[in-house]
Amino acid sequence: MSRLHSRHLLGLENVPEADISLILKTTNSFREVIDRTIKKVPTLRGITVLNLFYEPSTRTRISFELAEKRLSADTVNFTTSTSSVKKGESLRDTVQNIEAMKIDMVVVRHSSPGAPYYLTRCMDANIINAGDGAHEHPTQALLDMYTIWKKYGRLDGLRIVLVGDVKHSRVIRSNIWGLKTMGASVALCGPSTLLPYEVEKFGCDVYTDIDEALDGADVVNVMRIQLERQQSGLFPSQREYTNLFGINKQRLKLLNKNFTIMHPGPMNRGVEITSEVADSGNSVILEQVTNGQAVRMAVLYLLSGRKEEEG
Amino acid sequence: MPAKTEVILTEKKINRALTRIAHEILEQNPDAKSRVVIGIITRGAYLARRIAAIIEELEGVEIPVGLMDIGLYRDDVHSKLDQPVVERTEILFDVVNRNVILIDDVLFTGRTVRAALDQIVDFGRPRTIQLAVLIDRGHRELPIKADYVGVNIPTAKEDQVILHVTERDEIDQVLIQKGKGAKPGAGRGKKGGNG
Repeated sequence: MSRLHSRHLLGLENVPEADISLILKTTNSFREVIDRTIKKVPTLRGITVLNLFYEPSTRTRISFELAEKRLSADTVNFTTSTSSVKKGESLRDTVQNIEAMKIDMVVVRHSSPGAPYYLTRCMDANIINAGDGAHEHPTQALLDMYTIWKKYGRLDGLRIVLVGDVKHSRVIRSNIWGLKTMGASVALCGPSTLLPYEVEKFGCDVYTDIDEALDGADVVNVMRIQLERQQSGLFPSQREYTNLFGINKQRLKLLNKNFTIMHPGPMNRGVEITSEVADSGNSVILEQVTNGQAVRMAVLYLLSGRKEEEG
Repeated sequence: MPAKTEVILTEKKINRALTRIAHEILEQNPDAKSRVVIGIITRGAYLARRIAAIIEELEGVEIPVGLMDIGLYRDDVHSKLDQPVVERTEILFDVVNRNVILIDDVLFTGRTVRAALDQIVDFGRPRTIQLAVLIDRGHRELPIKADYVGVNIPTAKEDQVILHVTERDEIDQVLIQKGKGAKPGAGRGKKGGNG
């Protein structure tokens, strides 16, 4: 018997090593379930999960929904475009009304950092953060960590480079907290305009030269470059970014043997990563997607039924 | 009141019982191609490996061994404070049209076996499912009966029956903890009296 220290998953900052280890171990068990002919277990029968997506998402939402269905939970999907949010209803009123219909768990994506935390204060359900602004995206980082752990059998001592928009990426943020807790050595790399103020406080090695960052690394996790941010002038041109930070075959030579290429998707092929690299034998990009389901099943399972009084 | 603990089966008796179960399984399932064993994690898994080893020694043919964690099929998942740690189920063979011999250490309420039956059916439709247990301690809460029993041990409902195996506990023995002081789940690895 074992349990997580919290009844919500809001982020990986301050989540102890024991909890992350338990999630990874449980994920490994659920990974087997999704390879079965009948990919369904009755574990969460009677539990109702609300997928509350205030921001667009394909991968994460489908992944959560499949995870819920494979655990036999009942699911309700909420998207802002077809809801009373259009009529001006507040987040608090929306969730309290939905909770009055007896919801047990909420998976939330919101553009405001801290929205999941806010929900823990106005409802009793278990809250899982599926991405809140530029803050955290814990299940994405957990699936990245599981994918690495599955390949190398460990996380500690590995050199992992996170490349991209360090300033705005919630995936990078969650990866930093989780990987550091598990003893990995984390390097950050991106254009200086996309590094946050006081980036050194993360306690990672920070690079603005990709070749220096890749030297001797085991894993490169390439973030999507958010083309929609190009207008704001944070980097001069897509082509310049590709030249300076794009991961191509040439640059792979700097990495350690048995290296791994990751990308949380959706990919801009030919921008932050070349097709050649993305489709190579060292790429685990699709494995990440499959593992994502198992991670979400593990998190749903470990948090389900956890009530307030237990902390 | 501290619980009274007593050894009820020693290594020798355990081995004898397992050997007899292996013989009975062979007698009932002469077709080597169709028989497979599945052990229920944790302790049943060790017994499944041992019974498989005895069968291989007796017949000279391998018998596929699967391991099954029934945690996801329990009927009390949400009534407990802590979730049981889910171990990896590993059934690397097809169960369709096989004679599946399910193996567990202690048969008690029958709820573990109920969960295991549900899970096996999700893997396919075996020709038969048979149940082998080292100890039948009574107190069934479901209509479940073992096909092969090592030892019948009369117990009180609040007693705890605990199997220790050398692979995990450095000794082969079965203990009984008598009386109310015996906390459910006190046996290492035994999941809260689901039995």
